[in-house]
Amino acid sequence: MNRAVNPRDLNVHHDDGVAKGDVLLEVKDVSLRFGGVKAITKISFDVRKGEIRAIIGPNGAGKTSMLNVINGFYTPQEGTITFRGVERRAMRTTDAARQGIARTFQNIALFKGMTTLDNIMTGRITLQKSNIFAQAIWRGPALREELEHRHRVEEIIDFLEIQHIRKVPVGRLPYGLQKRVELGRALAAEPALLLLDEPMAGMNLEEKEDMSRFILDVNSQFGTTIALIEHDMGVVMDISDRVVVLDYGRKIGDGSPDEVSKNQDVIDAYLGVPHE
Amino acid sequence: MVAAADADRTLDTFPKYLLLNADRYGNRPAMRHKDYGIWQSWTWAQQLAEVRAFALGLETLGLARGDKVAVVGANRPRLYWSFAAIQSLGGVPVPVYADSVAEEMAYVLDHAEVKFAVAQDQEQVDKLLSVSDSVPSLMHIVYDEPRGLRDYDHTHLHSYGELRETGLAAVSASSDALKRWEASLAAGTGDDLGIILYTSGTTGRPKGVMLSNDNLVKSALHGNAFDNLGVDETTIAYLPLAWVGDHVFSYSQSYTAGYCVSCPESPETVTEDRREIAPTYFFAPPRVFEGLLTAIMVRMEDAGPLKKRMFDYFIAHARKVGEPILNGESVGFWDRVKYGLGDLMVFGPLKNRMGLSRMRVGYTAGEAIGPELFRFYRALGLNLKQLYGQTEACVYITAQPDGKIRADTVGLPSPGVDVKIADNGEVLYRSDGVFIGYYKNEEATRATKTEDGWVHTGDAGLFDAEGHLKIIDRAKDVGKLRSGALFAPKYIENKLKFYPDVKEVVAFGDGRDFCAVFINIDLESVGSWAERNNVSYGSYQELAGHPDVYKTMAAHVDAVNRSLAEEELMAASQIRRFLVLHKELDADDGELTRTQKVRRSFISERYGELIEALYDGTSEKRVETEVTFEDGRKGSLKALVRIVDTHVYGLDPKPMREAAE
Repeated sequence: MNRAVNPRDLNVHHDDGVAKGDVLLEVKDVSLRFGGVKAITKISFDVRKGEIRAIIGPNGAGKTSMLNVINGFYTPQEGTITFRGVERRAMRTTDAARQGIARTFQNIALFKGMTTLDNIMTGRITLQKSNIFAQAIWRGPALREELEHRHRVEEIIDFLEIQHIRKVPVGRLPYGLQKRVELGRALAAEPALLLLDEPMAGMNLEEKEDMSRFILDVNSQFGTTIALIEHDMGVVMDISDRVVVLDYGRKIGDGSPDEVSKNQDVIDAYLGVPHE
Repeated sequence: MVAAADADRTLDTFPKYLLLNADRYGNRPAMRHKDYGIWQSWTWAQQLAEVRAFALGLETLGLARGDKVAVVGANRPRLYWSFAAIQSLGGVPVPVYADSVAEEMAYVLDHAEVKFAVAQDQEQVDKLLSVSDSVPSLMHIVYDEPRGLRDYDHTHLHSYGELRETGLAAVSASSDALKRWEASLAAGTGDDLGIILYTSGTTGRPKGVMLSNDNLVKSALHGNAFDNLGVDETTIAYLPLAWVGDHVFSYSQSYTAGYCVSCPESPETVTEDRREIAPTYFFAPPRVFEGLLTAIMVRMEDAGPLKKRMFDYFIAHARKVGEPILNGESVGFWDRVKYGLGDLMVFGPLKNRMGLSRMRVGYTAGEAIGPELFRFYRALGLNLKQLYGQTEACVYITAQPDGKIRADTVGLPSPGVDVKIADNGEVLYRSDGVFIGYYKNEEATRATKTEDGWVHTGDAGLFDAEGHLKIIDRAKDVGKLRSGALFAPKYIENKLKFYPDVKEVVAFGDGRDFCAVFINIDLESVGSWAERNNVSYGSYQELAGHPDVYKTMAAHVDAVNRSLAEEELMAASQIRRFLVLHKELDADDGELTRTQKVRRSFISERYGELIEALYDGTSEKRVETEVTFEDGRKGSLKALVRIVDTHVYGLDPKPMREAAE
């Protein structure tokens, strides 16, 4: 009858030798071009372990490209990325996932025909040890492993308060809940670094408040480091520890929410500059 | 095996029942809770261990006899255990509505002088902390779910889990703790204050109803005997902890009968969880039954034509013979066969879908249930019954016995309850369950409870020929026609409101010659009728004044008059004139309360002209009404309202005024 579970047990990637507050991810002088188009130009910033780091900027500033570089989807032409003290110019997306980088997408990328439960279970895929044949036979160790994974998934379902849609195919869910399921799937991978691409896009005020609370709870309960892209300045200023501001592929500001909101370049980028 | 003598033993407190149940039903389930997607269960022996551990933990915080302890949260085993734990130490639980806003909560906590609070989660803890300044008596807060609370200041905040561990350690360390707890438990008596339940209070401040252990134990035993509730029942606990119904059904009756109570995973999963549990004893207010039916009907609209036809055919048959079969009346052989087939193909799966396939006893109460709705469930073979109760009575005042069910009554007086009707029509009762008094409110106690134990319900009612009680209105709203006949506005209004296309009704007649009504149409329902029948309309006002709408309303009024004519006391209140109001009654205009109840006095002031028109014989009236728009602007609405005369049955066709002339 022991129901008490330490939420910190959820996070296998946490004992990675990086202490809280130290640099977990460092992006240095990264440039990314698509033919002649410069998406990102010589950008450097870091993400410290245990913080919520926001990447903001107007449309087309290169935010999503930056996220895609971090999780290995794009390979930058210049610059280095150091994750947990290991430097590499590029990594494949699967490597990134195995090393503990999980993400959500701006346009939800769930398996629409599968249930909430199954979708979140797919987040455990990189943590599965038994091979496909053992899983097919579903006896002994493979069964025990699946039960263990299911238990973790149930903890996430409980955490995100989505018990009532456990068995509902996600295609039938409203947008706000799909976003929550996607967060659940990313959490299921027990990431050391969680990348959120516009987690509040298209949400109403109440859904935004809920999502903000979940993000803060993920950070405080699981100690997960979070890097997020967001348009809603109010949300960003409220929940993030540090903010990096991009504009036309360049970094124009970096610091605490207070600092960047006073930065003249940032104000100009957001409000526009009068032409004399 | 349970010895017969054991099963009949009666005790005077719930913690004593806990000891008895751990002894007689030790290995039977006492409580279930769905957690992480799996039903966890606790036997009575385990429940005893849990309650004891938490009680000993609470003791270390300094809980003393007579201390009040607030319990706030959803239906969770740990909150139910805290009831017994608090009572075992001589404390008094004060359950609080979990959805009440901070200031309401502050009033109750301060009024009850609670020293401790047991809260479910961060949300409730935050609320408690935010009001702690205005509740000086509050010393310690205990929480169940630790999520989000890790970084809070823990000087006055305690985790349930840790107190439980403390208690378990105390038990295993020495036998002293155990002896001390059992002695404290044994010191409780039936006369002790068992619980304080605050009435939600539609008017004024909530009042704290003090119920003794005897009140609750005896009411629970009466209820168990009345419906034959035994150790094999299963129920699902999903209604607010602070509501007397839940306290009786999920705590008092469970402890006395020994049956198992299941707690759902979350408020959103109740329907699914109920399907898995399939309760044998089930309680729901009418709106739950209404919601279930609507969900089914909506899904049937999408079903294939074959299924739809099968459904319609058998439901029609069930409406014809279902109730007589349930009541044990004689029904033809072929009708029974057809009903059996229907049960196999339609009713069975339907009941399963609703989670009611094992329901043996079901109750609805709280407000009037539509007769159509009530009959639908009974026609499916579900033993759904009505009861009439109050917090002050530990629920039971009257209840319908099996097989003697009528849609429009609330049944016979419950065992051990005397009911009488006062001269002004008010229902009075006296029973074992009658409360001690309102906490710190002598005045209200004296106004409600007489010297010799009769309690004023505030409801007006009457007994029908077979002794069934019928509730007609709030006593203060009941008046008299000029002829001296009883006039119960809400009774008439409810009869009309059961038609889906009628949204609201206001009946007039107190001190007048006859009864006349304002009708408010239901825009959604009438609008969909208009769409289906190619009736075009530009505004609410135009639709409300449409001749066909008037025709439909006249038919409803006629049907209501027919049914009123059959009732001796109500026949004089047949509706002689009505009008369809040109504007929807709205809380923004002050015509309704925020809980959607009609504000009679305000309406008679605002629509004085129209009321006069009802009584002076005119057939048309031009009026101008001020309205408030959603953004706060004011505007005015001009309309020509028609007033229609209707036929009455078995009465002088002319109203008294003209007859007198």
